Amino acid sequence: MPDANPIATVPRARAAAHHTPNTPEAHPKRAGRRRTLRSRLSIGSMVILPLIGLVAFFLYPLCANLYYSFTNYDLVGSPKWIGLRNYDYLFTQDPRVGGAARNTLWFVVILVPVRMASSLGIALLLTRRKRAAGFWRTLFYLPALVPPVASVVGFVFLFNPGTGPINTLLRKFGIDGPLWFNDPSLSKPSLLLLGVWMMGDVMVIFLAALLDVPKDQYEAAELDGASARQKFRFITLPNISPVLLFSAVTGVIAALQYFTEAAVASSVANGKTGIDAGPDRLLGYPNDSLLTYTQWMYVQGFNSFQLGYAAAMAVVLFVVAAAVIAVLLRRAGMFQQKGA
Amino acid sequence: MPTKRALSYVAEHALLLALAFVFLVPVVFVVLTSFMGGNQTLTGALWPNPFEWSNYTKAFDTAPLGRWFANSLLYAGTSTLLMLVSSVPVAYVLAKVRFRFSGVAFFVVIVAMLLPPQVTQVPLYAVWAHFRVVGTFWPLILPHLFGSAFSIFLLRQFFLSIPKEYIDAARMDGNGEWGILLRIMVPMAKPGIAAASIFMFFQCWNDYYGPLLYTSENPDNWPIAYGLASFHGSHSTDWGVIMAVTTLATLPVVVVFFFAQRTFVQGITLTGVKG
Repeated sequence: MPDANPIATVPRARAAAHHTPNTPEAHPKRAGRRRTLRSRLSIGSMVILPLIGLVAFFLYPLCANLYYSFTNYDLVGSPKWIGLRNYDYLFTQDPRVGGAARNTLWFVVILVPVRMASSLGIALLLTRRKRAAGFWRTLFYLPALVPPVASVVGFVFLFNPGTGPINTLLRKFGIDGPLWFNDPSLSKPSLLLLGVWMMGDVMVIFLAALLDVPKDQYEAAELDGASARQKFRFITLPNISPVLLFSAVTGVIAALQYFTEAAVASSVANGKTGIDAGPDRLLGYPNDSLLTYTQWMYVQGFNSFQLGYAAAMAVVLFVVAAAVIAVLLRRAGMFQQKGA
Repeated sequence: MPTKRALSYVAEHALLLALAFVFLVPVVFVVLTSFMGGNQTLTGALWPNPFEWSNYTKAFDTAPLGRWFANSLLYAGTSTLLMLVSSVPVAYVLAKVRFRFSGVAFFVVIVAMLLPPQVTQVPLYAVWAHFRVVGTFWPLILPHLFGSAFSIFLLRQFFLSIPKEYIDAARMDGNGEWGILLRIMVPMAKPGIAAASIFMFFQCWNDYYGPLLYTSENPDNWPIAYGLASFHGSHSTDWGVIMAVTTLATLPVVVVFFFAQRTFVQGITLTGVKG
């Protein structure tokens, strides 16, 4: 099961290297000394493009972003240093950023656990299938494959209050369907339904982890008279916990940048495109209920061209995301490995 | 005991069938609606009567669908090729060559892969604007020539599983590092390379945020994902046409999936990361 957790394989690979003596590869330093100039040049040529990329597309923009966050920058003039004014505006004055952050938090706190729970539930059902296992897996995976924009457009149509099939069906049962994407209190739950429908990506990973749990552990537990619940609690869960953690972290990070589904749902439910109406008025429809943090950052940075302010918002996002990633890497033993 | 087992078997199958039904319903309604005549979609009908292709012909008449598909193909195809050029060699180095900073290097790849792209967006946008390429595909495609963290990570995981003995043997035969990579590693890691390519292709095909940021101001450079999101504006009541475009945008992805299903599922399960 550690194979299912990619990061856990690092220390293992290392350990293996240290336990097989008598080969040059087992001793990194000695191998390095023996390496010829030619092989050093080949290795250099293999890593040069990504090294340039690391500096140009990652390290430089990370540092420049921090600098811009202390400036007033509109892309036309040069950035003007204004100290902490962007952060002051962000934390004390911006009328819409608080609501946007709360909406994003809703997706982190509700969408991620619900998606994980439904993925695990369906994966557990599928592990018992011997016949046609591939068919069932494909069926539940397919929605995750549909382009997000297409699935949002489809869902807004399905749930549209006037002619949508869902409310038409409800009407046949005598139920007056709600407004779904057009109701500020139901727009996020409607996107939750979409998120559960697209849970296949997580489900496939859980399914692989569940099938990897050693069978003899279950057999031993059965001999001891363990109930199904006990087997799940004491064998299944501990075995798949690295995969659960990894999926929770990637899920939270995806939720922190929740953008496409909310932006497209707002504009389709509103019946107008970003060209017909300014995106700053369109985003968040209905009533700012779908305005997420990254959408507000997009509007500030790339519609109002307050790039300094957008940079400050990005710094806050960076701090939160880095903290979440640190939890994962710490659990996976990356920090200890670095020190060794 | 046997009856109890039979009961739970039936209950599980019933639950599975019910779930499958719920998961299929959205697809079925979207496709059915795409075959309805214009007035029928306004009546809340559930079944097309009669089946009509008119929405599909109307879609091609009213929107530059061919252009949108061509743009998506250009964006996704070129990005995938550039990603392979830059990411396959470095993934081999990370997996199989021991050097002093290999731990740090892998740590950086993980962090770069996990951090949201927004944290570097502002300075990158400023650079692309400085070079006056906003509105073109360059900002979306060119970065892949310099590596994609997720692809490097995925390819490294595949390379790790190839036994070291093959490399030692190839080195004995007088191969340099490039020889080992191209003659031994690449042929053995074909499934991994295929998976990384498919992931990259789908990621670009489905991308909405990138085109919104960089090519939305130039309708000639809209890919299908962006075009579809903007399409409903002029057709806000004509759900039949909108569902036809939605179906068309999804079709290529589903077709590729069915041809490469095995590779695909292997790729996801090996990494434990979603594409």
